[in-house]
Amino acid sequence: MFEAIAFYTFSFLTILMFSITVMTSQALYALTAMAAGMIFISAFFFMLSADFLGAIQIIVYTGAVMALYAFGMMFFDTTREVKEKIQNKNIVFVLGTMVALLVVAIFMAPVVSENIHALYPIQEGLGNTEQVGIVLFTKYLIPFELAAIMLLSAMISGIVLAGKKMDNSLTLMADEEIELMQEANEKVNS
Amino acid sequence: MMEIGLSHYLILTTILFSIGLVGVMRRKNLLMLFFATEILLNSVNIGFAAISYYIGDFTGQMFAFFIIAIAASEVAVGLGLLIVWFKRTGNIDLDSMISMKG
Repeated sequence: MFEAIAFYTFSFLTILMFSITVMTSQALYALTAMAAGMIFISAFFFMLSADFLGAIQIIVYTGAVMALYAFGMMFFDTTREVKEKIQNKNIVFVLGTMVALLVVAIFMAPVVSENIHALYPIQEGLGNTEQVGIVLFTKYLIPFELAAIMLLSAMISGIVLAGKKMDNSLTLMADEEIELMQEANEKVNS
Repeated sequence: MMEIGLSHYLILTTILFSIGLVGVMRRKNLLMLFFATEILLNSVNIGFAAISYYIGDFTGQMFAFFIIAIAASEVAVGLGLLIVWFKRTGNIDLDSMISMKG
């Protein structure tokens, strides 16, 4: 009963928030709506008794990814409306519907056939976090290490890409200097 | 209706995934395009967690963890590239990136 109420409430809220993210023309509204949607998604993980995954969802998405987007948005002009010209509106919705139906078919196929048997079954008497640790550090140790290397390389590439020319700050320069730098940039691009 | 089963979660996953797909297809601003890809990854995570719960298997949750790690690194690299592009050209419109047009 309560599970059904929670499920319908949170699914309505999530769909609403993500629709705002997709449809709005303000970048700031899109960012805040997506942060709210991420929090609501973690509620599903708690309902599905994947507590650790829910906590990770809140920490990583609304803590790290959203902060990264917020800092990234400081570089871009987000106060004005995002202008987007869309040539053909119908094709987007036709393609979206078709792909959605395809995804339903893909998802339903293994459930209908019922050929699935649990590879790493959930054990009784152990908490979710302990079981995550056991499975992650025995069966999935190599993917775990590879994910660590991937995150390290992503961090280094983020620093190298975004930190380029950080020594001349736009806020500390005079207007003439900024104009000179922009003209030099245009020369490089053309 | 009141008993929440696996198909409820899968239908929700599909709805969220199609919202993300519509976003990917209609957005022209690259930052908004990144938001739509985040929606795609998150919707798939719900599906993995739901299957993990109803089949009684742990593999789904593990894949959800790795998807979160991939999403985090994708954001770091993508935003770095986006900042470099914005410094060079001054806009992040997808239609302006036609320098490789044949």
